[in-house]
Formats: sequence, structure tokens, C-alpha cells
Amino acid sequence: MPARIVEANPTSFKRVAVDPITLDIVENALRNARVEMDAVLFRTAMSPGIREQHDAFPLIANQEGKMVVGQFGSFLHGFIAGYDGTIEDGDVFITNDPYSCAGAVSHLNDWLLMMPIFLDGRLVSWAAMFGHMTDVGGKVPGSLPTDAKMIYEEGTIVPPVKIFRNGELNQDILRIMLGNSRMPHWNRSDFFAIVAALRLAERRVRENIARFGVDTYISAMWEMLDRNRRAMAAIIRMIIPEGSHRAKFEDWIDDDGMGNGPFKIACTLWREGDKAIFDFDGCDPQSLSSINFLLNEEMFKMFFGAFTINLFDPQILFNDGFYDLLEVRIPAGCILKPRKPAALSCRTHMLGRIFDLMGGLLGQGAPEALNAAGFSDSPHFMYSGFNGKGEWYQLFQIGFGGIPGRPAGDGPDGHSLWPAFTNVPNEFLEAYFPLRILEYATLPDSGGAGLHRGGNGITIAYEMLEAGEISIHDDRWFTYPWGVNGGLPGMRSSKTLVRKNGRKENIPSKCDRIHVEPGDVLHFNTWGGGGWGDPLKREAEKVAADVARRLVTADGARRYGVVLTADGRVDKAATEILRRDMAASRGPASLFDRGFKSIAELRGRCKAETGFEAPREPRFMAHYRTAAE
Amino acid sequence: MASADDLIRVYERRLADFEARLAAIEHRDRQRPAPSASQASSPRQGAGGYRLGVDVGGTFTDLLLLDEKRSRLFAAKVPSTPSDSSIGVLDGIEKICREAGIDPTEIDDVMHGTTVATNTVLTKAGARVGLVTTKGFRDVLQIARSYVPGGLGGWVIYNKPPPLAPLELTIEATERIGADGSVLITLDEAALRRDLADLGRKGIEALTVSLFNAYVDGRHERRIAEIARDVMPGIPVSISSDVIPEMYEYERAETTVVNSYIKPVVSKYVHNLERELSDKMSGVRLHILRSDGGLSSARSAMDSPVNLLMSGPAGGVAGALGIATHAGFSKLLTFDMGGTSTDVALIENGLPQTRRETRVGDVTVRAPSIDVRTVGAGGGSIAYVPELTKALRVGPQSAGAAPGPAAYRKGGTAPTVTDANVVLGYLPADSKLGGDMTIDRGLAEKAVQTIADALGLGLEKAAEGVINIVNENMCGALRLVSIEQGYDPRDFALIAFGGAGPLHANALAKLINSWPVIVPPGPGVLCAYGDATTRLRNEASRTLVQRLDSLTDAQALAVLAELEEEAHKALASERVKVSGQETLYQIDMRYSGQGMKLTVDATPADFRAEGLAGVARRFDRMHEQLFTFALDAGHELVGLRAVALGPRKPFISGALRRGGADPGAAAAHKTRVFVADGWRDAVVYDRSKLEAGNRMAGPAIVVEMDATTLILPDCAGTVDDYGNVLIRPIG
Repeated sequence: MPARIVEANPTSFKRVAVDPITLDIVENALRNARVEMDAVLFRTAMSPGIREQHDAFPLIANQEGKMVVGQFGSFLHGFIAGYDGTIEDGDVFITNDPYSCAGAVSHLNDWLLMMPIFLDGRLVSWAAMFGHMTDVGGKVPGSLPTDAKMIYEEGTIVPPVKIFRNGELNQDILRIMLGNSRMPHWNRSDFFAIVAALRLAERRVRENIARFGVDTYISAMWEMLDRNRRAMAAIIRMIIPEGSHRAKFEDWIDDDGMGNGPFKIACTLWREGDKAIFDFDGCDPQSLSSINFLLNEEMFKMFFGAFTINLFDPQILFNDGFYDLLEVRIPAGCILKPRKPAALSCRTHMLGRIFDLMGGLLGQGAPEALNAAGFSDSPHFMYSGFNGKGEWYQLFQIGFGGIPGRPAGDGPDGHSLWPAFTNVPNEFLEAYFPLRILEYATLPDSGGAGLHRGGNGITIAYEMLEAGEISIHDDRWFTYPWGVNGGLPGMRSSKTLVRKNGRKENIPSKCDRIHVEPGDVLHFNTWGGGGWGDPLKREAEKVAADVARRLVTADGARRYGVVLTADGRVDKAATEILRRDMAASRGPASLFDRGFKSIAELRGRCKAETGFEAPREPRFMAHYRTAAE
Repeated sequence: MASADDLIRVYERRLADFEARLAAIEHRDRQRPAPSASQASSPRQGAGGYRLGVDVGGTFTDLLLLDEKRSRLFAAKVPSTPSDSSIGVLDGIEKICREAGIDPTEIDDVMHGTTVATNTVLTKAGARVGLVTTKGFRDVLQIARSYVPGGLGGWVIYNKPPPLAPLELTIEATERIGADGSVLITLDEAALRRDLADLGRKGIEALTVSLFNAYVDGRHERRIAEIARDVMPGIPVSISSDVIPEMYEYERAETTVVNSYIKPVVSKYVHNLERELSDKMSGVRLHILRSDGGLSSARSAMDSPVNLLMSGPAGGVAGALGIATHAGFSKLLTFDMGGTSTDVALIENGLPQTRRETRVGDVTVRAPSIDVRTVGAGGGSIAYVPELTKALRVGPQSAGAAPGPAAYRKGGTAPTVTDANVVLGYLPADSKLGGDMTIDRGLAEKAVQTIADALGLGLEKAAEGVINIVNENMCGALRLVSIEQGYDPRDFALIAFGGAGPLHANALAKLINSWPVIVPPGPGVLCAYGDATTRLRNEASRTLVQRLDSLTDAQALAVLAELEEEAHKALASERVKVSGQETLYQIDMRYSGQGMKLTVDATPADFRAEGLAGVARRFDRMHEQLFTFALDAGHELVGLRAVALGPRKPFISGALRRGGADPGAAAAHKTRVFVADGWRDAVVYDRSKLEAGNRMAGPAIVVEMDATTLILPDCAGTVDDYGNVLIRPIG
């Protein structure tokens, strides 16, 4: 039963003509509001995850719940359709339950706040924001247990409830939520920071209505949605060929942290008239542990739109208007649409991998949209325990890696694929956590060779100063970030723990509660971006410059067919010969270079290359397999 | 540059007008007793009693001379000489002294706002900088904060500019300081010498040393600087613990590298200028305006040029403050709109808001500056309509000075904001006043027509759209400095300057409800005016990250007293007696666990009376004002600072003859402007003929040498005693 919206004023909005200039001005006013929401949040939040790394996402939607400004698209429609209760002036809703909001948030750490904005007795807009809380309870610090089999092990589930009613904070609910967190102070501050951002959006919306009139404001938002729809219709026609050709692509996440893997996601893309269809038939069924990703179909549409619109009008205020031009089919019970109570906490790898999948799909129809595989993840490092004074410390940190080679140019080294994310300064880490950072640098040669080089990954060396536990959530240690158009794959990730006594331990990509002692050093190497285009065509001088910058080694330069003299200059004659030989001996370049022939072949050399046994072929519960197929 | 001749001609015309106007002001001055403002505070004890403000812009060098003894002021404008700006400055000094009938030696102080630091960054004309980092951190600039601009998918088109200190010129020192300041690894000097010698052979022109945790303890940085001076004598060295002893390794390294990057250019410039000035005016003191609105000696400007990046805009804010304060306004939004960009700032109770970072182009440094927000919107901003979305976009691309707006007949064809102003009649093509560039209405119409066609609108509606969009962009910047900081713009007056500011200010004021609009006389020389009237200022600070409750009032006071003495000493070295100095304490703090910090101001008396608990209370109030909530979390101290201020400067202005309300005598001719629904008759006024008390009902246009003011319908502009035009809504 859908929510009942309580409006004192029953007058419906009139769609009025909005001249293009007013439209652009409303658009700018909303854009400014969104920037202000971010500014307020980042300045007042406390957890490094939100404050320094900006793991939080705001939106403003029209009264129907369609996003007019934001990043991840609107989930409000799903909420309104599924909420059994009233929506009234002065309400603010909170939830972290992916299964109650169709995956609007995809694990319990994300607290989603939604605020209907009323004016003169009518619902005129929505503001919403979700942010990643450092800890929401559950079995492990950070609330991201690799081995969880059900969502109940991952923290406190809060179905959609009114955290504010008639403008009054429901202290009791907040107390329960904070009472289940290992870091209540951070959560509390982050919560109020989000509320402050929503209040600000509310003020801006009301000011805009005062300025333009309510019908003009509402109509302008409709018009903005329509404008996006028109633009996206043109883009879809441009980059997705119509007809019998169907683009297919598949990619993997490597394992589930329990020794099983890889897990496949697959998608087929085609166009029927104006409508593009993404069909995820062929994905693996849901996993028995926490790597499942409940992918909201609408959110996927937004990923697609944002990914492509940047190529055409980066200034546009991107919104939901084009959703009916896309159809997204995800079979229930598959790893992208798991059934409750499947565990979800470690969905970050699948979420990131969706971008590689999309690039691979679209690139087949539109070379200008074809990027290599990039840093399609947000690997986590967590470290917690009691310090010498008996105080609890708990760090949650996101890692960064190589942006892929792209048509636009080389991929930046050690950067973020996610908007607004920034790293935590190492001096901050040392000042606030029992850690010493011995190295923080890019990894030479980790970016795939190409006409446009893939960005390098990062190597971080953490020295632990207190006894405690670390958890790691990472991926791409088994499969490679692939290259395209002749570009080579990037280097995979790896982690080594060097104990104080000098013993080296190879640390798996996904693990929890590894005990550490003072003096132990963890070397965390993230992966590079794939290369774009033929490396043999990269200007030799550029390769020499990369070597001088220690981004590529002299040996690594040979992947570009470039030979350097002892003092680092291009040896022209030797380079010419090497390039000729390499060109002759390699076969014709394939569109994608995955770095392996088949998963079986990759398994065969896994132990020798990574030190780990190859992951076991996943086994799925029969009823999910049936559902997924 | 092809347009140099044009510029010279324009400048000569402008100058002739300006001289005529100055003569008129002087004439009036002689007939009036000196304004009482001269008694406000004691002038400097210098021999001549003259202070000179100099603002070097991209096109013109503006000068403003204050005669503190007789309360007179003189202004002059000469073309800038980009290859060596000091030539233009000296030309200007010669000219203004001739006008004032004085000898250059009678000038005691030259206060200079300069864009030389900014331009060095923007034109990428800085030094080849070598960088020394701690082993393990060589990529500190390459990785930066891992941030990719743009929204979701922004990485698809983002290409990152290379760091200002190239990676091939970055070396690592084997050494390590802990977060508590202890030495974990002693510096390997032998290895460092070898690596520095290597860098020297690669031809670096400046060196930065930025070591990990050096904000706690800079001993290794200082030692490396010594070694560098030995290994590569003559190469200027900047160390991060001197330039910006603050936490966050990337921001500190970037700031120190920018310091190195601009140091040779700025040093050479300041050094030459100081030498030339001393030759002509022995004993003169040269002060350079800093980004934070303070003045620094020539010496410290050469040492820390990174503090000069906002020197130019700071002069404008200071000038706006000076003018508006005397006109009776203490809450101000400043609005400086030029050809390619617009700077806005907020002044509350006579104090400009400052922040601890400065942005120039894509470079952000941790250096205190007046909180000036810049948007890429100016008279030259180009309007366009993307094919797919059919939206109207204005800027950030700009036609610049060349080819310039279409209306300027210099080869530009793209429609700009200026062209839209011409189409709407706001920049009258038929005016013979102002000595401005020739304006070609036909070319402007042709350019704007392309926008009209793409949008399916009439010519005037399209032009109006361009103006509305650019106003909206600037409005966004005004919101950032006001609403976002918890201030209500309705409590503020809007002071407009820069070439295009007075043209757009009335419309902006309507958008944010800030009244009145203040258009000061000579909006183009306002920066030089600000330079001339700035107080001497110096500060000393220390990073001190700890829980507030772990520090006693006595301990905090001891540190502050030390810093106070340091700041006073520095100012005393610029010949400001300690007895004439004022002190302000600043405490940077936050809630324990937050990443930002707020700066709490306290006079020494306040601090002694209220202690740290009082500071915490002020912090809570500020936090609530800014973010709508305060927390019951513990407070954390981030840093302490003592600011020493020299004596306030007396106010001097060219005063106007008082006239009646009727501005008829200043009316030059009639024109037509397009506003809202159609064409309307409007009057063009000659500003130099306006008298105090004149009231001009909109629509009206006020033309003067370096700016054009638009008064909209339903608004009226009155002239106050200081020559400001104050625009307010009627009724």
C-alpha cells in the first residue's frame, strides 16, 4: 500500500509555460542549493568517511520524488510506493534497510534521510541524503563482515521510520540507533550534519518558490526532466545501435572472502526504437555471503546517464527525466537482486564493477565512450582496538587507484572513480590513530600500457603502533583491470603483512579480524587502470618522461616497445627495432585485453602468480540458481 | 599583442578625461575647508606626509596619492608594462607627483597591491621547482587528495594538470619526524647532498622542502635548507614549516611549492621596484598588500610570496571597506566584476571575512586570504547553446581582451555578456562620454542573434537571458559568502566596482535583496585607494592540536603572549611603535573529531577575562550560526595566532559640491534601454557633473571614465556627500 500524502491544500499544480531563461535560472538555483548541501555536510560531519572522503550523496527531487539535482538518481518513488503510513509536513524519514527501499541504499552502513518539503499545505519537493556511517553494530567493527550469511549479522536494521515528526526529533529512535554503534559520537554528528543539509535544501526550495511562484517552480522542474529526456533520447540513439546487434559484456568480482569465486555479472544491451534495454540475464545467482549487491534499477539508469552525458554537456544538471527510455531487467535471486535475508554489507566491489561493465557494453557501440577498466571499487582498510589508555579507536578508510586510459587521455594516478571522494591525509591518520605511514606512493608500471596510459595504483605501508585488528575488503587480485583498443591490462592488487620479526604474510583480498601487534607493517597495493589504445604508438618521449617520473620503470617502458639509454634518453634505433618486432609478433589487437584466455587458464597460474590457491568454483543454493535462470 | 596600440589610444583618451575630472575636484577642494576626517587619528610621522597606493592590473596601473597633512587625494592611471611592471609604476609616480605638485621624495610610504604572483600561476610562468619530500612520499603532489572534479562519471573527461614541482625533479630524504615531533630517523645528510647536487645539475631555479610531519617540528627541513644553500648557492629555498606550519601533507607541500614557484619572479619584481623607488625617493618604505588584507614589508613579501596571491582583490575589498564605512555602511557585500571573472566578498561590522586557503585557477593553497570567491563570469564571458540540451550557458569561457566582445570591433564574433549589454542599450553605443572603447551595436546584435536563433527567441529576449544567467551565476557566489556562512544578504549593502560591476549591481541587488547598491566614485581606482588606506598588520601562529580541556588558561596565554611579542616585533621592524599597535588573538578550533576549523577572535582583554571556556562558548555560537546546530562534543584546539595591527588610517576623499535633487545639469542625452517587457526611454548622465543630493530615477545610465552604472526602473540613484551613487528601490 503506497504512502498517504497528507496535504492541507488540495489544489493541484498547474503546468505553466516556462521560458528557457527562467528554466536555466531555476536550474542554477537548484545547482547552488546542492553545492551548499555538500558544503554544510562536509564541514560539520565527524567521521573521516564522510568528512574527509565525502562518502555521502545529496539530492533534491520534485514533489513526485523525481530527482532534479543529485548524483545517484532518485529512490523516492520506491519509498513512496512502499511506505505504509502518512507523509506529512514536518516529517523526516530515516532508513538503512536496503530491502525496504528497493536498494536505494545498498548496505546498512548507509543512513538515508528523506525529507518532504511542504509549502502552504502542499508537498512541493523532496530533499534526501545518505551517508556512510563508520559503524552500525553487527559482528565486526565497521559492520562489514565478510563472512555474514544473513543481513542480521551486519548491524541494526532500521526500516523507514519518522525520525522527525511534526518537526520534532524522535530521540528514542536515535538513541536506539546510536546505542548499537561502536562509534556513537561520529554517527550522531554525521546524522545532524545530514539533517542540517536537508534543512538548507528546504529553505532554498521555499525561497525559489517565493521568487518564481509555485506553478512556475513545479513546471520548471517538469521541464528540466523533459529536457534531460530529450537529450538522453538523442544520446541513446547515437551510441546504442538499433537492430539485431546485441552488445554483450561480462566481468567478475574475484571472490567472496570465503574461498569461492569468481562471481560473474553479465549484461546484454540493445535498442528498440527510442528505448534501450539492459538485460542482466546471465549473472551468477546470489552469493551465500556478503558480496551481494542489491542494485536499484533506477540507480543503474542514473549511472548510465551520468556516464554518457559527460561526453556531451558536462554542465547539465542531470536528473531522472529519461528513465522511461531505459528498461533494466535484473532477474530476482541473482547476485544483483538477492532475496532477503541475503547479506549485503560488502557490496562495494559489485557496485564499482558495474562501471567497468557499463564501459565495456557501451564502448562496443560508441568508441568515444570506451574506456579501459578502472579503479572500479572502494577498497576498505579498517583498524580498531583499545589503545594503551584503554580508549577505543576505529578507522575506516577507502583506498584509491588508477583511473583507466580513456579517449580523453592518460588516467590519473591514485585517484577516485567516485564523485567528490578524497583521501584521508596521512598526517591526520598519524595524529588521530595509532598508525605510522611509512610509504604513500604510486606503484610504477601498475597502470596498463597504452597509447593513453592507465593510471597507477597506490602502495601504502601502514605500521601499527597498537595491538588491534585489521579488516580488508579489496578485489581484482585474481582478474585484471582490462585494457581496450590494444591497450594492456593494469596490474592487480596485493597485500602483504610484514610482522615485526620480519615474517611476511600474504594477506587475502577480503578478510576480517586479522590480529596485529605494534611494529607490524601492512603493505596495501591497489590496482592500476587498464591501458587505452596501442602502446607501441605512444610517443617514445612521453614514455621516457614517465620513466623519469618513476611512474614507469625502464623495464616497464619495454611494454611500449621503448628502449632507454643508461641515462634515461630514448634509444631511437633500438626502440624502432623493438617496436617493429613486437608489432610483427603480436596478433591483431582485440577490442578487450583481459589478461587471460579463460577463467580456467587463469586458475591454472593463480598460485604461482599470487601465492594464493585459485578460488573454488562457487556453488549456489539451488533455488536461487533456478530463480536467477 | 596586436591590440596594444588600441589600448594605448584608449588609455590616452581616458587619461585626458580623468585629468580633467581631477582638476575639477582639486578646484572644488581649494574652495572648501579640509574635511573634518583629517582629525580622526594622527597621521604618520613621516617627513612629507604622503602615502601612495599603487595597483598594477593587467591593462592599467592605477595610483592614488593621499596627502595626509592637507587631506587631499590625487589619482592617476598609466598603462601597465607587463614585461617589467616597475616601469609602469615609476611612470605613474612621476605623473602623479607632477599632478600633485610635489617631489617624489615627499612620499613616505608606497602601498602596493600586485597581481604579479597570481599571474605567474595563471600563465604558468613560474620557476622550475625541485622538491624534497620524506622517503616514501615522493608522489604527494601527483596523488594530491585523489579528487576528480565533476559528478558521477566526471573522470571520463578529466585530465589532470601536472604538478608545479615536476616528479622528475622530486627527491626523497631519508629522515622521519613522528606525529609527536620526535625524530624517528635522523637525516641522512650524505645521501641528501648527492641527490641535491643531482637536482642542481638538472637546472632547478627554486627548491621546496616539505617533509612529513614537519608542521610539528621543522628541524630536518631547516637542516636541509642549510645544506641546499651550500650545495646550490643562489637557489631560493622554501621550507614548509616556515611557509605554512599546518597539518595535511599535500596542502602544505602544494602551498610551499607554489611559494617556490612564484618566488623568483616576485622577488625580482619587488627587489627591482624597491631599488628603483629608493633611487628616486630615498627613505621610502615599500609595503605589499597581502591576500589577507594586511601589509607586509618588501622583505617578507619576497620570502613568502604565496601570501600575495590575492593581493589585487584584497585591495579592492579594503577600498570598498574604506569608502563604505565613511558613507555609513558597515555590513557589505563587495562585487568586483571584470572582463573574465567576478570577485565577491563579505564584510561584517567593518571586518572582511577571511579564510585559511586561497584558490587561483586550479591551484589551491593554504594561505590566509580575504574570503574572496571568484566565479568565471565577466563582461567577456561567452554565451552558447549546447546542441543536445538547448540550454543557455554563459561562460566560463571568455573572449578576454583579444579577440574580445564582438561589439569592440577587435575580431571577436562570439556573443558575450558585454554584447548582450550593448543590445539591451545598457552600454550605450551612442554615448560620447567615458572615452570608452568604440562600441559597435551592429556587431553585438549579430553575435547575440546566434543565441536568439538557437533558442527560438527574439534578439532582446535572448540578450536579456544572457544577462539573467550571468547574474544568476554571480548570485551563486554572493550566496556562498553570505547565506552559506549564515548571513542574511538582506542585512547587507552591495558595493559594486570593477569595469562591469556597476552595470550588473542593480539587478543583483534585486535578486538577493541587498540594498542600497553603492557605486563608489572611480570604481576603477578603488583597489589603489584600498592599498593606500590599508593598516599595517602582522601575525604569528602555531599549530597546537589538542583537547581544549587538556590545556589551562595560563598555558594558552603563555603561548599567545609569545606569539604576540613575535608579531609586534615584526611590525616594529617596519617602524610601527609597539605602543601604537593593537593586538587580536585568534583561536582555531573545532569539535573533537571534526575536520574543519573555525577561527574565534578575542581581544587580549576578552581572553584574560573569559579564558578558554569563553572561547568555547563563542565557538558554539559561531557553529550554530553557520550550521544551525551546536554539539555537546568536546572542543579541540587546532592553533593559536596573535595578530598585530598598526594604527588606523584617516579617511580622505574628494568631496562633492552639494546640489539639489534634480540631476538635470548632469544629463547628457536620451537613450533607450530594453527592460523586462520592452524598450523604454532612459537618460544618460555624466558622472563628473553630478552633485551631492542629485537623484536619478531609473531607467538611467551613469557614464564615467572607467565604468557605466545602470539604474533599473522602479529604482533611483542618489549621490551622497562622498560622490557615491546609492541605488535603492522606489517606495
